[in-house]
Parts: sequence; C-alpha cells; structure tokens
Amino acid sequence: MSPTESLLTDDLRAAVRAHFPRYPTKQAVTLPALHLVNERLGYVPPQAVEEIAELLDLAPAQVQDTLSFYGFFKQDKPQGKTRMWICRSIACAACESEELLKYLCEKLGIEPGETTADGRITLEFAECLGACDHAPAILVGETLHKNMTKAKIEELLKTL
Amino acid sequence: MPYEPVLLANINKKDSHTLAVYEAGGGYRTLKSALKDKSPGDILEVVKSSNLRGRGGAGFPTGLKWSFLPEKHPGPVYFCVNADESEPGTIVNRVQMEADPHQILEGIMLSCYATRAATAYIYLRYEYPLCLKRMQAAIDEAYAAGYLGKNILKSAFSLDLFIHRGAAAYVCGEETGLIESLEGKRAWPRIKPPFPAVEGLFRKPTVVNNIETVACVKHIVERGAAWFRSIGTPADPKDPRDPGSYGPKLYGLSGHVNRPGCYEAPLGITVRELIEEHGRGVWKGRKAKAVVPGGLSTGVMTAAELDTKLDFSGPLKVGCLGLGTACAIVLDETYSMVDFLHNSCRFFAHESCGQCTPCREGTSWSLMMLERIKAGRGRLKDLELLLEIGDTIGIIPGTTICGLADGAAWPIKNAIRKFRGEFEEYIKRTNPEGYMETEPVEAMATVPK
Ligand SMILES: Cc1cc2nc3c(=O)[nH]c(=O)nc-3n(C[C@H](O)[C@H](O)[C@H](O)COP(=O)(O)O)c2cc1C
Ligand code: SF4
Ligand code: FES
Repeated sequence: MSPTESLLTDDLRAAVRAHFPRYPTKQAVTLPALHLVNERLGYVPPQAVEEIAELLDLAPAQVQDTLSFYGFFKQDKPQGKTRMWICRSIACAACESEELLKYLCEKLGIEPGETTADGRITLEFAECLGACDHAPAILVGETLHKNMTKAKIEELLKTL
Repeated sequence: MPYEPVLLANINKKDSHTLAVYEAGGGYRTLKSALKDKSPGDILEVVKSSNLRGRGGAGFPTGLKWSFLPEKHPGPVYFCVNADESEPGTIVNRVQMEADPHQILEGIMLSCYATRAATAYIYLRYEYPLCLKRMQAAIDEAYAAGYLGKNILKSAFSLDLFIHRGAAAYVCGEETGLIESLEGKRAWPRIKPPFPAVEGLFRKPTVVNNIETVACVKHIVERGAAWFRSIGTPADPKDPRDPGSYGPKLYGLSGHVNRPGCYEAPLGITVRELIEEHGRGVWKGRKAKAVVPGGLSTGVMTAAELDTKLDFSGPLKVGCLGLGTACAIVLDETYSMVDFLHNSCRFFAHESCGQCTPCREGTSWSLMMLERIKAGRGRLKDLELLLEIGDTIGIIPGTTICGLADGAAWPIKNAIRKFRGEFEEYIKRTNPEGYMETEPVEAMATVPK
C-alpha cells in the first residue's frame, strides 16, 4: 500500500497524536482515536483500524477488540449525514417512545441500525439517553429533542 | 423553613455555566483558601467526618475510600470522575454539568488535592454533547485562570484534567469497567481485589468518584462537616451497619408525573413527597401503580410503599436494591408490569458485558422468556424460572464480577414478587390453552445484539 492510499489524513493523524500527552500509554488513546476517525469518515473500516493501530503502536487486533465491544462504531459503510437515537428505555417507553421508533422505521423504510438509501439518516435505538425528564427523548447528532411526538418528528424530518 | 438548595443554587442564574458568573457568586474561594491554609490531610479529615457517602449508586463512604490509597506510594495517583450516568432514569449529573460545570471542577480540584492526584479524567458518556461542550469550555477557562495546570494559584499543587468520552456502553459506569475503557480496552469490569485505590488506572492507585460526590466535597470543605451532618437522616442507633445518610441530594423524577425534573432536597425525603410536592402528582389524575426508586437497577416498589424514605437505607426496607441514584421513575395504574419487566430485561441483556456466565445467560434467557410471555405463550412456571434467575445472579449472591447482574436481578425479583397477580392474570388471559404447561417451551429467538 502506498502512503497516498492512507485513509487517515495528516491532520487527522495530528489530531490523534495531540492526545498522547494526556495519558501515560498510547493504548489509552484508542477511544479518542476511534471517535476522531468516526467523526471524519462516518465509520471505522478495517483499514482505518490498521492505521490507528500503527499510530498507537498496537496490534490491529487490539484496536479491533476494543472497537467491537462498543456497538457504536460502524465498519461496513459510513453512517448517514445525521444519526438519530431514539430512546427505548423505561422512562421513555412508558411515554410511548417505542411507537415513535416504529413510526420512524416505517416512515424511513429502515430498521434500527440502518441508513436511508439516500444517505440522509441513520436510525438507532438508544438505551436511556439521560434525558428521562424530557421523555420521550431523541438525540439527533448533537441536539437533544425533548418530549417528542409524531407531529414533532414530522417537523424535525423536514430539517434533516 | 424551606430548604435552601446548595448543589443547584446557581442553576437559575443567567450564564450559570461561565467562570464569570461562578466567581461572582463566590466560586473558587474555597479552593483559594484551602490551598493557602489547609493540608491534603485536613481535607481528607473533613470529608471523613462529614460521613459523605458516594452518590454514584453504591453509597460507599468517600473519606474511607480515599484513605485506602497507599500512603507512601511513589505515585502517580489518578482521579477518575464518573460521568457515565447511564442508569435508566438518571439525569442529575447531566443537569449539574450543563448548568454549573465550575462547581464540579472546584470539587474535583479539592478532591485531587486531598488525594494527591496530579492527573484526573472525567469519563463522560457519549450521549451528553452539551455536557461535553460546557465542561470543556469550563476546563479551558479554568486553565486560563490558573485553577488548573502547574502550580495552581502559585501553590505546590498541580493538576491536569481531561475529558474522556465513552461510546454508549452502560457497563463503563462500573468503576473498573470505566478504568479498562479509559485504558483503551473493552470495558470488562475487573475482579476485585485489588481495588482501584491500590491498583487502578494504569495499575496505579486510583479513586473513582461520581460527579455529585465531588460537588458535595466542595461544599463540605466550604461549610464544614457539622453543616453536612445537620442535613439528612441520622445513623440508626439500633442498626450498627447504618452510618446515616447525610447531606443534600439531587433527586431525579420521570415517568408518569406532571412535572418531571431534577430536584434538590435533604437526603431522606419520601417517594411520596418527591412525586407529590416536587413532581406535582401523578399525571392525568391517575394513581401510581409502581415506582422505581433510584434507577432501574434498584428494582420497584408498590403504591403501598410510597412512604419509603429515599436515603441509603430506606429502599432496602421494602426489598429494593438500595438508594441507587435516587432518580425515581413513576408508572401509573394503567401501565403493564409485564411491559415494565420486559423493558428492564431487554436493557440488561443488551448491556451485559458477557464475561460472567450467570449474567450473560441469565439476562438473555430472562429476556427470551419475557418475549415469549408477551407474545402470549407464557406459562405460570416461567415465573418460578424467572425468580430462580433473579435470585442467583449478581454480586450479592456472589456469582458475578460486577453489580450489573444485581441490577438485572432486582427488577425481576421485585416485579414478580410484588405484582405476581398481574403476571399470572396476563399469562392466563393471553395463553388460556397453555398456561398450566410445565414442560419447557421453546424460547423466542431474540438474542440481543
Ligand atoms: C453496572 C454499573 C454501572 C454503574 N454506572 C455508574 C455511573 O454511570 N455513574 C456512577 O457514578 N457510578 C456508576 N456505578 C457505580 C460505580 O461503580 C462506583 O461505585 C461509583 O462511580 C463510585 O463513585 P462514588 O463513590 O462517588 O459513588 C455503576 C456501577 C455498576 C455496577
Ligand atoms: S456481572 Fe455482567 S456486566 Fe458485570 S462483569 Fe459480569 S458479565 Fe459483565
Ligand atoms: S429512559 Fe429515555 S432518556 Fe432515560
């Protein structure tokens, strides 16, 4: 593989390296590196795992082991432009969040974990988002949407 | 006299999250005077004599935890602040971090000074982007103002503080799962001993404390141990194992109430007070059927148990796991306990890390049974099987590495023992042909991802 084929750009590598002084081991930079790569690429494909491992002086299997523990990181294809997390835990479920999740699945024609064909939205269920006081809660990218209803979801979808 | 909030005193101020507003309200004065006039040992002493117990769920005495750090260790000592807050129902750390990050930072600085930690990490759950923004901005302000970094306020004390983001896994809140995750590994909780105080993060002495715990430390150092002990439920003289439940406490309230939210009150208000006075009652004019007292792991209480005190010993008296996070979830009289238990089993099956067989198998089999019961193929005998699972998984019977399995067990034990009639009625109604069946029935194939 020639260096030009590298998935991690120089500034992405620099962003990962900037975390080294924070920890006494490079391995501790695994999660920050996975997050950085995931933010830039929308996923962490196997080649990125190898490149992260090289940066952190680890075996690719060590990075893959950590990555695969968290259901959070996708590997086969990038997530959609927006990732939507619909809470299904008890406080939200008691306020009918599961109906909202079902509604979104039907509306978008996808199952939780999947991305719409146009790459616009990745739908996910979440376990308790820590926003139970605003149940049912939906996290859209960096924004928390509170006390959601089907009508509010319709409005939201128009903006995504 | 109405109770004066301490932990939430600043949250209604405009721009409460900024350094300017925090300092205008007297912020960082406690740190300044402590670095000038108090030794780390002085802070340890006042925290010990305050009887502060950890707010993260287990209620372990904070001063005692700190005193387990080996005295002559060459170091470094690490301090981890647990901001993973993933226990269903739990919202209070989020409110604190969004509204008053500097109060938390001052608490962290004092705690690190007392424990001689020079590096601290805030393990922050991924799903809190606004907390990340506010905490990082506050940390940047604190560095610029000389409250963090080398030789803080020209003293000999130095501290670096970093935020470490999680990736949506509940078990990272367990203190040794947190440590493994911070080290860059899968968040498999460690077998204890050794406890983190002796061998924790990067194999060095480590303290793990909850956000609310360190915020309490700030007020204890400022106002003294006697002030802290003047609030809450005193130790029960008849129970030598009850060290009392002192201090202010943040309560969460969600579910079927008129006014869900985060409220501050002395430790020991009753569930009824929380629902009626703070939450303005159950919604839609209905009655409560069941209440989760302190995060899903703590189990569930009935409407007849609502006068239970929310302090460290109250929920135990009605067979719940404990106070947990003191974040209550209210379910009204129309909500099905079968749905409740299904939701609970699904959560724990999804979040079990899979290391211990009783937890991995117990949580996924209990979910498969609940799926089948919900689908109208339940047997009365399933209730016995579920109870057997509930009674045999967890660190309390001693079969697992961490407390996640106890959290899975308590909702099962409580829901079935306290609401048995409803489960039996559901099974008989939905499976009139087969509810007496005693032979094994095929499970539903919903193996959690
Ligand atoms: C499965 C599990 C999840 C936990 N999650 C959290 C959490 O999100 N936040 C927290 O502070 N403590 C959590 N705890 C408790 C921690 O292990 C630990 O006791 C606590 O952080 C210590 O802080 P404290 O003494 O200040 O309460 C969890 C425990 C278990 C078993
Ligand atoms: S009890 Fe469950 S979550 Fe805890 S270590 Fe064992 S398998 Fe993992
Ligand atoms: S249960 Fe949905 S945010 Fe907590």
